[in-house]
This record gives sequence, C-alpha cells and structure tokens, in this order.
Amino acid sequence: MKEEIAKIESEAKEALEKVDSTQALNDIKIKYLGKKSELSNLLKEMGKLPKEERPVIGSLVNEVRKKIEEAILEKEKFFAKKDLEEKLEKERIDITLPSTKIKRGSKHPVNRVIEEIEDLFVSMGYTVETGPELETDKFCFELLNLPQGHPARDMQDSFYITDEYLLRTQTSAVQARTMLANEEKSPIRMICPGKTYRREDDATHSHQFTQAEGLVIDKNISLADLKGTLEIFAKKIIGENTKIRFRPSYFPFTEPSYEVDISCFKCGGKGCNICKQTGWIEVLGSGMVHPNVLRMCGYDPDKYSGFAFGLGLERIAMFKYGIPDMRYLYANDVRFLSQFER
Amino acid sequence: MHPDSDHLHVCKVDVGKEVLNIVCGAPNVAKGQKVIVALNGAELPGGVKIKKGMIRGQESNGMICSLSEIGIESKFQSEEDKTGIHVLGNDAKPGEDPIKYMGLDDEVIDFDLTANRGDLLSILGMAYEIGAIYDKKVKDIDLSHKEDDEDINKTFSLDIKTDNCKIFLAKRALNVEIKESPDFIKNRLLASGIRPINNVVDISNYVMLETGQPLHFYDADSLNGKIEVRMAEDDEKLTTLDDIERTLTHDDIVISDGKRAIGLAGVMGGLDTEIEDTTKNVIIEAAIFDSVKVRLTSKKIVRSEASNRFEKGLDSNRTYIAIERACTLLEKYANATISKGTCVYDKTEKEDKKIDITLEKINNLLGSNISLDEVVNIFRRLGFKVEAKGNNIEVLVPRRRIDIDIQEDLIEEVGRIYGVNHIEGKLPVVPTTPGNYDKNLRNLRNKVIALGLNETLSYILVNEKEALKFTKDNFEPIKLLDPMSEDRNTLRYSMIPSLFKIYEYNIAHGNKEVSIFEIGKGFYKHGEEYGEDLKLCILMSGDFYIGINNKKQVDFYILKGIVEEMLDSLGYENRYSFVKPKDIPDEFHPGQTADIIVNGKKYGVMGLLHPEVSENKVFVCEINLSKLLELKTGKMKYKEISKFPNIKKDLSIVVDKNIESLDIAKLIKKTGGSNLTNVEVFDVYEGKGIEEGKRSLAFSLTFGSQDKTLTDDEINPVIEKIIAMTEKEFKAELRK
Repeated sequence: MKEEIAKIESEAKEALEKVDSTQALNDIKIKYLGKKSELSNLLKEMGKLPKEERPVIGSLVNEVRKKIEEAILEKEKFFAKKDLEEKLEKERIDITLPSTKIKRGSKHPVNRVIEEIEDLFVSMGYTVETGPELETDKFCFELLNLPQGHPARDMQDSFYITDEYLLRTQTSAVQARTMLANEEKSPIRMICPGKTYRREDDATHSHQFTQAEGLVIDKNISLADLKGTLEIFAKKIIGENTKIRFRPSYFPFTEPSYEVDISCFKCGGKGCNICKQTGWIEVLGSGMVHPNVLRMCGYDPDKYSGFAFGLGLERIAMFKYGIPDMRYLYANDVRFLSQFER
Repeated sequence: MHPDSDHLHVCKVDVGKEVLNIVCGAPNVAKGQKVIVALNGAELPGGVKIKKGMIRGQESNGMICSLSEIGIESKFQSEEDKTGIHVLGNDAKPGEDPIKYMGLDDEVIDFDLTANRGDLLSILGMAYEIGAIYDKKVKDIDLSHKEDDEDINKTFSLDIKTDNCKIFLAKRALNVEIKESPDFIKNRLLASGIRPINNVVDISNYVMLETGQPLHFYDADSLNGKIEVRMAEDDEKLTTLDDIERTLTHDDIVISDGKRAIGLAGVMGGLDTEIEDTTKNVIIEAAIFDSVKVRLTSKKIVRSEASNRFEKGLDSNRTYIAIERACTLLEKYANATISKGTCVYDKTEKEDKKIDITLEKINNLLGSNISLDEVVNIFRRLGFKVEAKGNNIEVLVPRRRIDIDIQEDLIEEVGRIYGVNHIEGKLPVVPTTPGNYDKNLRNLRNKVIALGLNETLSYILVNEKEALKFTKDNFEPIKLLDPMSEDRNTLRYSMIPSLFKIYEYNIAHGNKEVSIFEIGKGFYKHGEEYGEDLKLCILMSGDFYIGINNKKQVDFYILKGIVEEMLDSLGYENRYSFVKPKDIPDEFHPGQTADIIVNGKKYGVMGLLHPEVSENKVFVCEINLSKLLELKTGKMKYKEISKFPNIKKDLSIVVDKNIESLDIAKLIKKTGGSNLTNVEVFDVYEGKGIEEGKRSLAFSLTFGSQDKTLTDDEINPVIEKIIAMTEKEFKAELRK
C-alpha cells in the first residue's frame, strides 16, 4: 500500500507540473482530492489492513493529501495572479486619446470686474444697491442738480422713451434713489454697478455700457477720504503699484469735481501707446456731493457731506485682461467668452 | 515747359545758397514768382519725404509747394491757392523760412475745457487763469478810439420785447473800408479754426476770441434805424446768411428791424442785412441772449463759436468791453468813423458776487490743513477781492466767473490752485456697519457657470419686430423716441432675441457649440405703467458633451436638467414642474416646449426653437427672476436618515403614449402612501412587442421607513393597489 501511496504522490506531482490552465487544475483537484479520488478510496479500504498498520497508513495518506493540497493551492494562486495580469493587460487603454469634455462655463469679464469691485467695497462696509435702467428724468437729472435746460444735459445725449422716461445715462441716478429711500437720513456707504445708455456708438463708445457708482454720506466726509478710498480701489482692482492723479473737472452733481487718472498699467507711467505717451489713463469721475443734491434728497448740507464716484467698467475689464477692443465685450464670441473661466 | 510733357514745368529756383532745378506740375507756376520750396530731405505733413529724383528725364531737386502740401486745410484757402502753388509776396527773400514770412510760426495750444468754464472761451479769460496760476497781473485791452459828434441815440433805437435778452448794446461805425484783414488777424483766426473773410467780419470774430463776447455786425443802411428783439411767431420765415429759408417757432429769439426778422439771436444773421463788399456803415451788436433758448435754436440750425459762448453764459461787463474793442479795431483797420454814444438796454447785474466762507469749512471739505494766509492769497491771485474778519472770509467774485455761486465753488478754487495732489488721501473714519450684496444672484450665476454655460453681455435694444417674438405675453413694446438705427429702436421684453442674435453671430463665425446664458433686464409697458424685470435666459445648441464615442448633443432633457439644478440650488426643490403650455409662442416647437411652473404658477418657458426659426436645434429657456425670487424658500435643514435599508421595486406598465409620465408618477406617489419615498421613470420603450400607439414606462419605486425594515408582505399589497389604480385611471397594463 505504501507503494501505491508513493505512486499517487509522484503522479500528482507530475500532473501538477504540467498543468497549464485553471480548468485543468480543477480536474486535478477533483482527481486527487475529490470524494472518489484514489486517496479517498485508500482510506475507505483501511479497514482491510491489520490493526497496527492502520495508523501508519492513515497518517501517510493524510500527509500526502496535505502535500497535494498545498501544491494545488500554490498553483491556484499562480493562475489567479496570471489571470489578473491578463485581465489588466486587456484593459490597457491609450491614455493620450482626448478626454470626454466636461463643459466648464465662464463669467463675462465685465461681470468679473463687477464682482471684484463689489467684494472690495462690501469688505469696507458698503452695501450694493440697484435701480431701474428705465429711469425717470427726476432721478437721472433733476435730483442730480441738472434742471431742465441745463447745458450739461447736452454732454450726454440720451435715449428718451417719453418726455419723462429715459434709459438711464448714468448709475448716479441710484445716488438719489438711495438717499431718498433712506428715511432716517442716516449715513450711507453704497456701491451700484449697472448698465447705462447714451446716444453714441463708435470705436471707444458703445450705446450701452456698464458703470459702477460709489456714494458715501456721513458727517465730516472730505476730499481726502475720497482720495484714500480711490487709492485703495486702484491698488486692489488695477494693481498694487497703481498711482492715482486728480484733475479738477466739472459735473453738475458734485462740487468740487475731479476726473481721476491711474498710472498706466502697461508702462507704469513712462509713456506708451496705451496711455498715448502721457503715463496716465482716465478711468473715473468723482467729487464731493453737491449741496443741492444733498438738500433735494433730504440731507442737510450743513451737517452732512459726502463723496461720489463713477467709473466705466468696460475700460477696467479691458485693462485687466488685455482686451484690445471694447466691441469684443459685446460680440460674445464663445471663443472669447470661454477664455474667462478661471 | 518740360520737353516731354505738356503740363510739367522745369524751373530754376533760387533757394538762397544755390539755384536748383525743380520740376513743377502746378498750372499757376510762372517765372519771377516767390514760392515755397521743400528741399531734399524735407518731410511734409502727412509723411511725404522729398527726395532728389528724375521726372520724365529731368532732374528735380525738391518740390514747389501748395498750401495744402504744407498742412493748411483747404477750407482756409483762397480759390487760387486751392488749385495751385502758393505765391508769396515780392518782399520775400530767397532762402528765408516761408512759415515765418507768412506769420504762421505761432504755437497753438488746445484746451479741453469743462462745460462750466465758459469764461475760458476767450484770450482774456485764459489770461486771468494763467495769471492766477503764475501769480501775474493781467494787462488791460486797448479800447481807445475817437468818436464823432452825431449821437447814435438820435437816429437809432432799441426795442427789447423779451426777457430772453438781458443786455443789448449797439454802436455805429461809419464809412468802413472793406478789404483784407492784416496778416496777424487772419493768422490768429486761422489758428483758431475760423476762416478769414474781410476786415470787418474778421474784426467781429477777432473780438469774440479776445473777449468771449460774440458780436454781430449789420449793414446799417439796410436797417430802418431800429433794432427790435422778440420771440419769433410760429411759422415765421427768415432766410439766414447761408441762404436757407428757416421756419421759426415761438421758442426762437429773433432780431428784427421793426418790419421783418433780420437774424436769429446768437445763432445766425439774416441774409438781407449781412456785411457785403459794398457795405459802408455798420451797426455793431453786443448782446447776451438766454443760454437755453440759444442752445435749442442752435441745435436746430447750426452750432457755432458764437452760440457755444451764449450757451455757456457770459459776463455783461465784457459786453461793454467787446463793443468798445470792436470800435477800436474798426477805426484802426477799416478806417471807420465811430458815432458818438451807445444804444443801451441793460437789465444785468454787474457788481461782484459776495460769498462768505470759513477756513474750517474749506479744510473740512478738502480734508486739508491749508492756512488762512494761503487761502487769502489764492483768492487774491484769482482776482477775487478778499477780506478775513475773525473766522469769516468774505470773498467778492467778479461776474466773469459765471461758474462761482456757492461756498463749494470757492472750495474747488482753493483746491485747484493749492493742488489737489498735495492733499493726502485717507480712509473715512465712520462707525463700522456690515456690507451687503444680493447673494442669490451671485450664487445663481456661479451655478449656471458650473453647469457649463458661458455668460454673455448683450444689448437691450432690439428691433421692434424682434421685441414681439418668442412670447405670447401681453405687453406693449417700448420704443425709443429718437433711435440711432432701426435695428435698435425698441427695448427688449424677452432676452431671447438678444441671445439668439449672439447665437447667429457665433454660427456665422464657425462656432457650433453655443451654450450661453445671461442675467439681464426685460422691459414692458402695461397701460401707462412702465416696468422692468430681471430675467435669466439660457440658449444651448450643438454638442454639450464631447468625447471619443461619447458625444451628446444638447436636447430637451439636458436643458431641463440644468433648469432643475438651478431651481434646486435656489431652494425650490420639489416645488416645480414642467407642463405643456396652453399657448405656445410661434417661435417654439409645438411638441418640445414646456412652461416652468413653481408653486403652481408659471415663471418661465423652455424648449426647442421652431425649425422655421432655426434649422439647427436651438434650445432656449427664460425665467422671470424678479418674480421667482419673491417666492420664499425654507432654510436648508437636516432631515433624519433612516437606519433601515430602502427597498427598490421596479414596475413596468404599458399605457397610451400620449399620457404624460408625470401624471402617472403623481398617481403612483399618491397611492403608495408614506412608505413610498421616491418614484422615478428609468426606462421608456415603444416599438416591437408594444402595441401601436402605446408605450412602456418603467418606474423605479423606493420604499423605506424610519421605524423598521419593510417586508415584502408590507410592500406587495401596496404595489397591487398601485397597479389597480393605474389600470383604473390610465388603462395601464402590466408589461409582460
């Protein structure tokens, strides 16, 4: 019987050496370890052996069985690894093929500038106000110290709908609205971005454009406050090294009035074609709120003073992103728009 | 003559140091003339460089110039100068600078003046300004002239019938000699953009440039010894000196001789009374007319140097100076005899304006620390009389400064002369208050961008026909009174026309993938009431997902998904639905359009554009944000998650294909009771195996409870009930 066992062991060993597939391995497993296997049969026939030989043969069979089991397990592991490797190889792809594009939208450059300005001024305690674009003569002109027949109304030929209604020519209309709406006549700090309209259309003017208006009303507000505020604006919105320059000007709703230039963002003030060799670029109009405006909007000019400023946002967007022509902002070519997705 | 040409001349030109051979094509070139020559190497205005060359075989060493070639605009040239070279006077020396010879070697400074500084529209005004800046005194203008013994008031009278003329002065100049003006007058007019005509007309313009006061000269012999100022009659006719018959209205101020209109005050004279070469005697008018009236009239007729000055406002002290100055110059350069006296009508104030101010007020508003001495000195330099008494500073401002009326105007002057850039900037010291902005709109914009759309910025003005499209809403389009073009004559109601235009622009530029959106205004009129709503508009076309074997064109359901995401993010989850509209706008596809319903009310529309509007598939959506955002939303709040697992059951039924899935889902939900937590369609099928006219809808039902794991014994009866109900309500059959 010992010979038989040794034969089974060597046969199994030989078969396992030759095995080349998971299927063949399973067959071997059934053949040598199954219920009907030779080893099982040997165990069944143990009863026929002399009593003293039984434990010897028994342990011998179990020993061989264990050996075969281990050998099969090892083979199984080998095949599992091989199968996995084959599977991974099959799943190999060309990682250089183009991706499936997940669409990413973009924010219009003018609105990006609006949000930046809002964030800056909100961080300084300003509120963002809005007003109608189809405005009345009262808010757009009269309450801003531009009575009927005022020559300054000529500076901004307007789109009238009726004698009373017009598309607002300036976000300054919201100044008057904010002051009148404030029934307690308490201090005001507000910023108002929005669309404005004038009867002009050329390379540097569009009949529709975007402005942001700022207004601060309180006791003891001075020109120095306006200057300091606009210095912050220039540094944070245009660039840290930006300088500003005030030029006396005239607007009916402020007195004194100033146009404000920033140092050229391109040449830093040395002079280039962007700033027409002057080193400065005009970006906004500003001034101390005219006492007539304060009075008409319910604030006592002997107690309160204030500053206001208004700037064109298309120009700021053009500086910030290097856009050479204002018309690109309104053409809305998707190749242009999708560049502003960060 | 050039040997090989019938129009070229070969000239020997003495240029001082040498005699050059120059070929010239001008018809008026002749032997013995003194001419302007551009030598080799010269660069003329417009970038022309002069080089030595051969012209038809003849050497040419420079160019004999016309006035145009040296940069003088043709409107300022005589007829002869326009057609040929300019011939200088005989006293010109060869080799001399011709620009200097012609008196054109002057500097011209252009000023960009603000609208309130009408006083600077004169050399005198500029002199005061420069005097203030450099602290220098301004010299008086020479007004000296002789007058005869015949007082003008004996034979000439004024009759001012309107308040729109506050001052009117008239003087008479006799026996004027009409000729060319002296060069200095001509050249100074030219430098100011005014064409010289003759000495008399030129003097009126010259005095205006000097003093800022426009003058008008009449041929005295064509008047009837009288000037009247009145408002025109409606439909009154006047032929102005440009030979155009004008029809006037009661808003125009006219000058009349008592019988007929002879001029539009401040704007243009009449043809009948203009100064001609034969004019002998002149009536000089120096007057101030109402700025608004002149502006309105000049807007209709022509804006001129004179009307501009009336519009900006004038100082009546200057009116007296101007009329005397005109007499001085007429006597000197037109040999005129000036009649004694002046006809005067004057209702103006001439004394200085008194304004009281304090140093504190100045420094408070400027945020500066300027001393009293410095302030007083600034006012003195400006030519204002000033007296400081205690805290008070009394300032007397001359009438020429029409822009100064209130304290703030004085503060501006102090800041200007002191130098605004010397004032140190600081931030306002104010109580801390919270800043605030509308987060909803910001979030909405960011959401739609995150979903893959490009934000646009469009024009609100569209064509009237476009304004009526893409909607069946009831409104009146708002038209502009005075549009710039027919293309943009109406305010948009819907934003779809604006975005569709952008879509067309992109298609024309080869961009097929267009997924854009904008938040903007739409305008309406109901009866007499005007209004505007904030709207969100989306337009999508082309492929939305692009990948290898993985392309997906925009379809109704992608846009629907975007709208749902957006409404969810605004907090309207489970409160909206998409329903077939009762009345579909003509521009939409009748089978692929839905109203967007929130809380049972319509807030927008979405769908495919009609194939007649666009051959390509274009999906659009518009939502009225003004109205939608008025709907309150609940707070974002945690809901308990069940500890017990959900159980999913599928249910496939076959129904008539016109039955909408939402109706069935609603019925299932209602029938399923509280343990049915979700109902979703996961498959739609029609075709083989399904009866014609019907479709199969597969629903996934999710059951769950907060208290226990549900068993089939609890769920199955519910499903049986659902099957029975769908059979009863929709004649549904279980799909075999």
